[in-house]
Amino acid sequence: MAPTFEHLREADLDDDDYNEDEIDVSDLRERFEVQLEHGYDTFVVIDGLPKVTEDQKPKLVKFLLRKLNTVGTTREDLIYMPMGEDGKSLSFAFVEYSSAAEAAAATRQLDMVPLDKKHTLRVNKMTDIERYGREGRIDETYQPPKIDEFTQKEHLKWWLKDPSGRGRDQFVLFRGDNVGVFWNNEKDQPEGVVERPHWTETFVQWSPKGTYLTSVHAQGVQLWGGQSWSRQARFAHPYVNMVAFSPGEKYMVTWSNRPISIPDEGHPALSIDDDGKNYVIWEITTGTPLRSFANLDLAKPEEGRPPPKLQWPAFKWSADDKYVARLNPGQSISVYELPRMNLLDKTTVKIDGVVDFDWAPATVQRDGVKEYEQLICFWTPEIGSNPAKVGLMSIPSKEIVRSLNLFSVSDAKLHWQSEAAYLCVKVDRHSKSKKSQATTLEIFRVKEKGVPVEVVDTIKDTVINFAWEPRGARFAIISTTEPVGPTAVAPKTAVSFFCPEKTKGTTTGNFKHLRTLDKKNSNAIYWAPRGRFVVIATVHNQQSSDLDFFDLDFEGEKPESDKDLTANLQLMNTADHYGVTDVEWDPSGRFVATWASVWKHTMENGYHIYDFRGEALREEPVDKFKQFSWRPRPATLLTKEEQKQIRKNLREYSRTFDQEDADRGASADLAVVEARRHLLNEWYEWRENMEAELAEERERAGLPKDPHTHLLEAKTKTLQVADQEQVVEEIVEDVLEETEEVVVG
Amino acid sequence: MVAMPSEPCQELTQSPRYNLDGDIIFSVAKDQHICAWYSHNGERLGTYHGHVGAIWTVDVDPTTTMIASGSADNTIRLWDVKSAKNLKTWEFPTAVKRVEFSEDGTKLLGVTEKRMGYLSNIVVFDINPDPAAEQTDERALTIVCDESKATVAGFSYLNRYIIAGHEDGSVSQYDAKTGELIDNIPIHELNQPIVDLQWNADRTYFITACKDKSAKLVAARDLTVLKTYPADTPLNSATITPKKDFVILGGGQAAMDVTRTSARQGKFEARFYHKIFEDEIGRVRGHFGPLNTVAADPTGKSYASGGEDGYVRVHHFDKGYFDFLYEVERERINRMS
Repeated sequence: MAPTFEHLREADLDDDDYNEDEIDVSDLRERFEVQLEHGYDTFVVIDGLPKVTEDQKPKLVKFLLRKLNTVGTTREDLIYMPMGEDGKSLSFAFVEYSSAAEAAAATRQLDMVPLDKKHTLRVNKMTDIERYGREGRIDETYQPPKIDEFTQKEHLKWWLKDPSGRGRDQFVLFRGDNVGVFWNNEKDQPEGVVERPHWTETFVQWSPKGTYLTSVHAQGVQLWGGQSWSRQARFAHPYVNMVAFSPGEKYMVTWSNRPISIPDEGHPALSIDDDGKNYVIWEITTGTPLRSFANLDLAKPEEGRPPPKLQWPAFKWSADDKYVARLNPGQSISVYELPRMNLLDKTTVKIDGVVDFDWAPATVQRDGVKEYEQLICFWTPEIGSNPAKVGLMSIPSKEIVRSLNLFSVSDAKLHWQSEAAYLCVKVDRHSKSKKSQATTLEIFRVKEKGVPVEVVDTIKDTVINFAWEPRGARFAIISTTEPVGPTAVAPKTAVSFFCPEKTKGTTTGNFKHLRTLDKKNSNAIYWAPRGRFVVIATVHNQQSSDLDFFDLDFEGEKPESDKDLTANLQLMNTADHYGVTDVEWDPSGRFVATWASVWKHTMENGYHIYDFRGEALREEPVDKFKQFSWRPRPATLLTKEEQKQIRKNLREYSRTFDQEDADRGASADLAVVEARRHLLNEWYEWRENMEAELAEERERAGLPKDPHTHLLEAKTKTLQVADQEQVVEEIVEDVLEETEEVVVG
Repeated sequence: MVAMPSEPCQELTQSPRYNLDGDIIFSVAKDQHICAWYSHNGERLGTYHGHVGAIWTVDVDPTTTMIASGSADNTIRLWDVKSAKNLKTWEFPTAVKRVEFSEDGTKLLGVTEKRMGYLSNIVVFDINPDPAAEQTDERALTIVCDESKATVAGFSYLNRYIIAGHEDGSVSQYDAKTGELIDNIPIHELNQPIVDLQWNADRTYFITACKDKSAKLVAARDLTVLKTYPADTPLNSATITPKKDFVILGGGQAAMDVTRTSARQGKFEARFYHKIFEDEIGRVRGHFGPLNTVAADPTGKSYASGGEDGYVRVHHFDKGYFDFLYEVERERINRMS
């Protein structure tokens, strides 16, 4: 610190000049001298080289350099290859890289790489050789590693067999500092499964098949499961912010906005190579990190524009967990193969200007294509005179199987249907003057031969939301006339439904507009997980909070105008949940939960549960309510035939279930009545005791039974002596007539 | 339903109180005078002038001869109901937040505010029930609340105990003769003030209303919590209805905490709970602001609520109210008859 007036000490002001050199500080120096780095971090030792003579050496070094420079930069004069007494090299060399990170990369990427047929490189860090290679550092006798005795793991899918035999679903509630998992009991109080205070620090998350419950802590992420809710795995990613699972629950990516910093004493899971990284890809069953990545350097935003938002998920998984990919905006997509996490074909997929991409959410069997493939769609904007482009790429071949040129594009959004049968590209277009906006929907029929593209209606308004019916071919959109901006009152919106025309064969007909409902406030679409039903909601809105429940296969009368369409739209119910922030269907599609989270606002926090028809079942206001999440279910194990069989015999099953419900209702009522009877008796018993005791004490104190009667009597007497006053008498009749308000029981 | 608007006044908060016969309601507001109203039609019977500060509290003796009031002008005043004459004024160093007569009208209790270095006190005066008589200056008792400030207090049955509710969510039981602290039990959430305490008819149990969003029914004898009534909003008042086994709770989000000025959002409703089963059985809307006080007619025919909106609303119960019974209650009545 530079000496300032405040920091001057008395001693500094004294001008006692004694000779500083006379003071012996060697003991202090010994204790406190900073250990300068030895600088060996940038060195690696390469073993397994061919023995060469002095003459051959430069040739080998040159050859070696080509390999070495793939991971970092080094030069001929930074390679030292010691020679033996016989004039031949000792088959190893020291190499200095320009940074420690490059040296680390070399050990990771060049180790075990064949140099030629006979020689394989072994690359180690110089410091590691120092650490382990010295005599005595490592025990010479082999100690077999201790293998823990095999212990049976808990059954992780136990909850699928609801102990009550009713096939109920579970959900997790996070309120205040408590996390609890419950069975959904429809109208009745949910049945608690487990409840733990401070189970998580920021949020909870189910894995995609519901096997694990994820808790997030400053130290990392933990997974919980099994009937005892024991810890299944730990992923020590310090200050983790976000977690995303692969669809098959095999892998996970964690992200922190703080780069990982590995302390000197090491880290339980991560190594020095992960230092400075933000993302870690983990294998879930083993709990080991596969690879880590740093944040991409985002391009500086243009003046006056907000900085680009961080994209999440940054790493997107293919449907079968085989690949994970990340976008480098404007440049390329990097596709990695799992579980090795190597770059597919060792190179990124260069796509000039690429803005966004997405994997097909299911493995598609395209017409006439026999090879295994996963599909990626992406789009690029107009660059110079080149049109904007939407592309469909097959992985691993990286072949573009379909592309579509578009003009006057201001933005595009990619929407896959859940089975990847369709891909809708919502294209926002501007007129030549860039004054007016319009939206077109370009639908790729992925499973049909040649992937035909169909353009559905040009919509003059701005489409703010789009959603496919899961497992179906229908979709809903929400549009608004005014662009959505930071206005006080959100503009009115219109909800439109589209469905295919009826066709004779098995093919899907052309997409047609079914119905538009305008002058709405709705801004969100929630399809039931099995389709058919949809909730159109108004969320995050101060003024309105409608929930409209629609049926697209209404079994009643169908309007004449819709007779060629594969839908019969019916509004079943409208509900209102003030301040609703989130809506989620249960995995069976029987119930809808809506909640108002304290994360968004503090008014009327809590949750509601509706059935699929929009009938309110429970309304639970909860202080500091944060999060609700249904536990997902894995895909059914029943074959198509078995499912068909069940559908056929549904009536039979319904009858038994209805009977069970009725019985349970009756016994529950009985228990309630019994409890009330008990409470009533308890109360009257207490009152009788109390009254008896009071009467006794009053008598003992020589007081009249009622404290007021004699007082009032005495008062009446004094009044009678005085003039007569009469006000009270009329009152009673008036009272009965004036009655207006009803207290509802 | 009868609504009584207060005088046009900046600060509107209303606190009504019934006399024992249920025919007159006394209300105080921050506008420095007490009003008496006929409960059946809301006609004003008269006003009592004299205070020079907001009036926080009023109580009437069992024979409706005298009323006592406590005010921010640091006085308790005793008034003749009929002539509106100010019979007596006791002065204190701080404001008086609560006054209450004993069941026989021979004692008056006051709770003073903790402020300016003064601790909150519970003071007791002996009252001469004759309005013509001279009242004493002497305090019969002073209880100093040095642990946590008392917010509300009252006399139990037989004038045996003084029960006080505190700012820290606890209730205390004092010997009403000696002022000795017998017991102090935290019944509500810590440091959530108890803001109301009202008795049942024979003063053997009482109900507390607390900012922790709950009301509790407590036995005066040993301070056991008999029942708990959870609400979804901070409570300001709670009362026990005679004739029917109900309790009425009133409260609401304070104006400064409400971002949307809607009656729905503020929860400005009187809530009826079944006293024994603790179930909420109904709500009555009407106020435009939080309910400050709910009071039950001692004859069981009506209830009154005072709101921050400046209204005292008197609701007369209808047949449905009196007929309402749980199955098990009907069963019990049938068995008894």
